Amino acid sequence: MRSDSAGVNFSNEKNADFKGFDKKPGSNSAPKVVLVGNPNVGKSLIFNYLSGMYVEVSNFPGTTVSVSSGKYKSFEIYDTPGIYGVSSFNDEERVARDIIIEADIVLNVVNSLHLERDLFLTRQLIEMGKKVSIILNFADEVKRKKIVIDSKRLSKILDVEVVETSAINKSGFENLENAIINARQGAQPGEVSDVLNQDILSKSGREIALLVAEGDEQVAEKYGYVCGTADEREKIYIDRRNSVNAIISEVEYENSSKGRFFNLLGSYSLNPLTGIPILALILVMLYYLIGDFVAQQVVDVTENKIGKGVFEFYTKSFISEFTPVDIEVTKFDDEGETIDEKTFAFPDNLLSHPETKTLFDNYIKDGENEVNFDFKNPIARLFFGEFGVITMTVTYLIFLLLPLVIAFYIVMAFLEDSGYLPRLATMMDKSLSRIGLNGRAVIPIMLGFGCVTMATITTRILGSEREKTIATAILQFVIPCSAQLAVIAVLVGKAGIGAFAVYGVVIFTVMITISTILNKFLPGQSTPLLIDLPVMRLPRPANVIKKTYFRSVGFMKEASVWFFVGALFVGILEITGLLVAFQNLLAPVTTLWLKLPKEAATAFVMGTVRRDFGAAGLFDLELSAMQIAVALITITLFVPCIASFMVMLKERGLKEGITIWLSAWVLAFFVGGLTALFVL
Amino acid sequence: MPHRTLDSARSGAYIKIQKVPQGLIKVQLLRFGICEGDLIYCLQRLPGGTMVVQKNRQEIALGSDLARQIFITEE
Repeated sequence: MRSDSAGVNFSNEKNADFKGFDKKPGSNSAPKVVLVGNPNVGKSLIFNYLSGMYVEVSNFPGTTVSVSSGKYKSFEIYDTPGIYGVSSFNDEERVARDIIIEADIVLNVVNSLHLERDLFLTRQLIEMGKKVSIILNFADEVKRKKIVIDSKRLSKILDVEVVETSAINKSGFENLENAIINARQGAQPGEVSDVLNQDILSKSGREIALLVAEGDEQVAEKYGYVCGTADEREKIYIDRRNSVNAIISEVEYENSSKGRFFNLLGSYSLNPLTGIPILALILVMLYYLIGDFVAQQVVDVTENKIGKGVFEFYTKSFISEFTPVDIEVTKFDDEGETIDEKTFAFPDNLLSHPETKTLFDNYIKDGENEVNFDFKNPIARLFFGEFGVITMTVTYLIFLLLPLVIAFYIVMAFLEDSGYLPRLATMMDKSLSRIGLNGRAVIPIMLGFGCVTMATITTRILGSEREKTIATAILQFVIPCSAQLAVIAVLVGKAGIGAFAVYGVVIFTVMITISTILNKFLPGQSTPLLIDLPVMRLPRPANVIKKTYFRSVGFMKEASVWFFVGALFVGILEITGLLVAFQNLLAPVTTLWLKLPKEAATAFVMGTVRRDFGAAGLFDLELSAMQIAVALITITLFVPCIASFMVMLKERGLKEGITIWLSAWVLAFFVGGLTALFVL
Repeated sequence: MPHRTLDSARSGAYIKIQKVPQGLIKVQLLRFGICEGDLIYCLQRLPGGTMVVQKNRQEIALGSDLARQIFITEE
């Protein structure tokens, strides 16, 4: 399931279905041009330019797991995940490999700043016998760093077209068409040709022969060959590395200047001594921006003034013209104290009692009023009442959640593009290794604060099954998504710092306990951290805005459906009396064990549909600060939303998925009650 | 000194890679441009032994467990 959130390419319809990519070469379709390169080389920006479409651009590895496709003139253009080599070590590589095998032309995008790393892939692509052109991206940054790359010489050595571009300011893009047209098979080093099996070469082509020789088991199996050994692969790799080093020494001269502000910031964010204060600073800014400014001030205007005051009031007034209603009005003074309450009854409808209507209109003309429409008709109540499918969902989605989600995505996009996340991963590596993860796991966990569903998909970037299981469990149990976080922020804002401390400590303890237990009992070994750190840079506002826009739209598309489903579900439960029955059923647990009002059970029912929806169910209850803490703990640990449950089943299998889901029920009530024992 | 490992390298030192673990890790290191006999620069040694090294302009982070399996000599 594709949905909102940070990290993995979700630009929806535009993604080519990977399985549909099995067209055989030689079918008379348009030539396939495939963009290939290491992570963070600017492939996506070039793809955007050629195809005129938007795909996600991030400054950390593992962003594009799916494939985007588009058209440029008579060519089909494909964007691929960032890879360091063509083989089948992970999902990204497998996806990219199969497309490269099918490609007519490969545009190899190279980060000029990391020529030594990137040319390793270039060499491999050429050795595969593909028609290749090289796009030397970041040309302007290279100049700024006083590095000289002799692209003519590079072109001569490799015998392929080389063009220089700067994707950030789109210079050199006019040469991209030349690169496509002039793509050709480059120079083959003798030592590689020696190790290729002549039989495979003539039957299946050079790319297959090379991949088989390199020990790619999947390819060997698919084409029915005996796979090369690890020794053969190592020999090929070392030859390739040596040839790249030789090329570098001929084409690159450097006169590098180091020690600029961003380099410094980059190195400070690595060491816990300075990195933890930097992280704390980021979190404090986050709190003020999202928790304080957006969750309180902005939402107060959008939700109360616009959503309830305008949208709901006029919608409900309009409906009241057709159906019996009691209108309850509560009047407040400037300090928010109740000064008066009145109920206006319209046994037929609003229009058939003109004198009561005049009284009502005059009563609410001035001052602060809260107007509550109590519809007598169950259908009217279902769609426009307290949990109205139309009224509540629209207010909640557009006027409460949307501002928060946008704010959150802006921050995530900013962090991603700055190159901060891999450094955070490095800093956290030691701590995370204690719970059986490596530093890379901060990426799915951070993304989880955006959307648990998307983050669960991102656990693919982790190196072993046990790491994926641990990370998935943490995500599904303890990490609240941005929507839920938004509601938590508002409720904690009301409850104060004490409740926040209790909430934080309990959730953190649960996280450590779960992951420690899993780490102890899961078989196997975790993989070590080995990542490259991209250059720290100031994100481009245009890219941050674009990314935020597409993710927010994606979120709204996905969330809206579930919200309506959830509201309808709860609404029907309410009208049929099942809600009360369920509340009564859960009442012993809710009132005795959790020490909450029994209506809190509604929040749990809604929580199975969407987590945040559950937390929102607590809004209207009269709760003390510590009751809020207990309720939030229970709701946070409670079962994941339907979307992320489905994704979890897909990613982790039926058995593990169901186990986590059922454990969440038990854990949520157990820990919630335990907390209640101590604080209530 | 054959028994020194990468996690013991000092920040700011140039080190020569003598031996890396076999298998997948070796391949991944090769792709990042680190192979036996290479000279690399140790940018930072973080508490706990997570290492940040630099080969040309490429910065690479290695977990402490991995660093403990890479044998080096200091230049």
